Amino acid sequence: MVGHISAIEDQGAAYGNEPKKSRLVFIIPIVLFSVIAVAFAVGLTLDPRKLPSMLIGKTVPDFDLPPVEGRKLGMSDEDLKGQVSLVNVWASWCKECRAEHPLLMDLAERGVVPIHGLNYKDKPVDAQNWLDNLGDPYARTGADRDGRVAIDWGVYGVPETFVVDQNGKIVYKHIGALSASIFDEKILPVITELNGNAGRVSQ
Amino acid sequence: MSAELGHFALILALFVAIVQATLPLIGAQRNYAPWIALSKPTAYCQFALVAISFASLTHLHVTSDFSVLNVVQNSHTAKPMLYKIAGVWGNHEGSLLLWVQILSLFGAAVALFGANLPPAFRSRVLAVQAMIAVGFYLFILITSNPFERIMPPPLNGRDLNPLLQDMGLALHPPMLYLGYVGFSIAFSFAIAALIEGRVDAAWARWVRPWTLAAWMFLTAGNALGSWWAYYELGWGGWWFWDPVENASFMPWLAGTALLHSAVVVEKRDTLKGWTVLLAIIAFSMSLLGTFLVRSGVLTSVHAFATDPARGVFILALLIIVIGGSLALFAWRGPQLKSGGLFQPISREGALLFNNLGMTVAAAAVLLGTLYPLFLDAIGGSKISVGAPFFNAVFIPLMIPLIIAMAIGPLLNWKRGDLIPALTRLKLVFLISIVAGAATWAMEMDGPFMGVIGIALAVWLGASTLAELAGRIHLFRAGPAETLRRLGRVPRATWGMTLGHFGLALAIAGMTGAASWKVESIQAMKPGEMVNVGGYEFTFDGAQQGKGPNYDIVTGKFTVRRDGEKVVDMLAEKRIYPVRNMPTTEAAIHTMISGDLYAVIGDPEGADGAYVTRLYFNPLVVWMWIGAIVMVLGGAISVTDVRHRIGVPHRRRPATAAKPAEA
Repeated sequence: MVGHISAIEDQGAAYGNEPKKSRLVFIIPIVLFSVIAVAFAVGLTLDPRKLPSMLIGKTVPDFDLPPVEGRKLGMSDEDLKGQVSLVNVWASWCKECRAEHPLLMDLAERGVVPIHGLNYKDKPVDAQNWLDNLGDPYARTGADRDGRVAIDWGVYGVPETFVVDQNGKIVYKHIGALSASIFDEKILPVITELNGNAGRVSQ
Repeated sequence: MSAELGHFALILALFVAIVQATLPLIGAQRNYAPWIALSKPTAYCQFALVAISFASLTHLHVTSDFSVLNVVQNSHTAKPMLYKIAGVWGNHEGSLLLWVQILSLFGAAVALFGANLPPAFRSRVLAVQAMIAVGFYLFILITSNPFERIMPPPLNGRDLNPLLQDMGLALHPPMLYLGYVGFSIAFSFAIAALIEGRVDAAWARWVRPWTLAAWMFLTAGNALGSWWAYYELGWGGWWFWDPVENASFMPWLAGTALLHSAVVVEKRDTLKGWTVLLAIIAFSMSLLGTFLVRSGVLTSVHAFATDPARGVFILALLIIVIGGSLALFAWRGPQLKSGGLFQPISREGALLFNNLGMTVAAAAVLLGTLYPLFLDAIGGSKISVGAPFFNAVFIPLMIPLIIAMAIGPLLNWKRGDLIPALTRLKLVFLISIVAGAATWAMEMDGPFMGVIGIALAVWLGASTLAELAGRIHLFRAGPAETLRRLGRVPRATWGMTLGHFGLALAIAGMTGAASWKVESIQAMKPGEMVNVGGYEFTFDGAQQGKGPNYDIVTGKFTVRRDGEKVVDMLAEKRIYPVRNMPTTEAAIHTMISGDLYAVIGDPEGADGAYVTRLYFNPLVVWMWIGAIVMVLGGAISVTDVRHRIGVPHRRRPATAAKPAEA
């Protein structure tokens, strides 16, 4: 009984609480922690670099987005059909997007592959400033203000980059900032293979 | 030789820790004095052994011994001496060695300064410390041995990640670790108290200086990290809600809550279960921080070790430490007897409100950091959070907390009265409204959040000063009386005043930098001029040069305002050839109204033009000044004599604690 009374007082309230509840209160932390621990355990069995398997091989979800302020071309699922392209998910508030941005500019200048930008949960003016100031590597942009389209794409965080093939199917996804070596080793071979196959099909 | 010596010293430390974790605990339970007494020499011994191990690794790094893998991976003969030393903890293995070094240091400090602790209690505290140490020694020895040799040794090393070759980052990890590991003391005290089934004012007085010290270091560590990001990442940002940053911010929130609730235990002998729980949470958050950064569950730019095997080990460690302590809390917590009752409107009530706010904020940050992981774990669709989530949740939580921070110190213990407290703040309220209105008038186009931020900063700052003024009877008594009272303000109270005032300054700085930053990115030819926030930046051209272990491009800018010269600025871009990695060294000119910030990028075309990024970051310096004031407050409070002398002795020995009958 002593335990019960002290426990109630411990909540800082001498009023109200039923004695029976008090022991339960002390159990809540361990229960919450168990939930977190289980999530960690499951999380550990997943390779953080390979999270996005669900949409690989599927056609891109239906969507139709207006362009970022000041750009002309918006982006929809139809726009992604016809040629191999990259869809880069970015936001002006994202630190790592800054890191990969020069690479995207370089790819766009060399015309390696068309890059489309999915602007995630950004203020229109911030996104516009970003493209005006840092440079705009994107053929098309889609302003996903509330992040709904990104959910359909299974976006895990910004930045992310998808490789989409000629038929509008997602072939590859990279989570986190791209670097020259990641691009050359992981993404370029995929693009080359897709373009090569297309060449063979059309011949 | 040195590597083997360090390795063996660490193995020995493990065995000493095993002894320290078991025998004194059994001794305390059975009241067997020789075993109780064992806790002190083992704590010293552990510290000495880890110090030998740490010194060995430092020696290997300083002498560039490339027969050791850790040195090969993180050092280079051409690296400056300072970074050869900082390189010891600039990597996964070495940073863990630093962690246990600090852990053993704190253990030895408890043994040394804990003379006024009852021997049985002290031996329990040290035994719990040793249990944590055992976990970490095993982790290092099994998965992350820094002393591993490599055959054949290469001629030179791979150099430390250039981003980490920086003064701010050389100091950042030790600061954070002093904070993280400092909470282990509060944790050990909490566990020992749960084992004994007793928490009282004396307990709170022992815990508070340790918590304060940990909090100080964590505040300094977070500020240093933020400062580093500000000047090194080169685009004027200072906080990114990045998992690594959150990992050190969550323990800070929990620790701040602990600091405040320990006051209630000390003064009013209540909120005990809650305080013990906060001590467990603060240290758990510190461990979680280690887990998030090191295991690869969540990845991020500066997560420099991602290895699932280590992750499994840390997860097991987390479950044993956190799960075990929370289970103990569920079992023994209900027995902690509480004394004083209080009304919701009272000093205790205000401190409890602070606690709830801090805890909810920490939980929100935890949720935002783990959310993607959770959704993934239950196989649901994935969702992204980032700055928008944190700003939307965190800021609204903080606003009522800051409003209440001004009122809390004016309330009485036990039963407060809101009306007189608010009456005293009438003038402060008016000043904050005026400050907000003035801000709005000046920055009509800016975000409204900026107006609220400035008004809140003024509200908190002015009310803190008003509280101090009331305490010393400023203008009410004569100057002599006021001075006498000023001299007699307890150091712990100075701690509160400076802590709160520092936060007010920091809020002003954060608000300014977040709301009215001016940014301009362009290619500039020598002689070209750009206006940024009323300052005219003229680009005077760039020069190539060589540093000790990097190539360097230096861009010179002359800044004028209304035609008058303000300052010359030199922005650097360094390229480290070993890793072929560039870093930016922004030129920063700090003024009380804001920072001028210039970054030089890549050359553009053949006529000496360069890409430049120029910023005006308003009020940003107040953020760091605020942090320094907060740390200073902590330091003054730690030295409060009441923590050292006049520690009340424990009331009667408690009746042997038994689990409460259900």
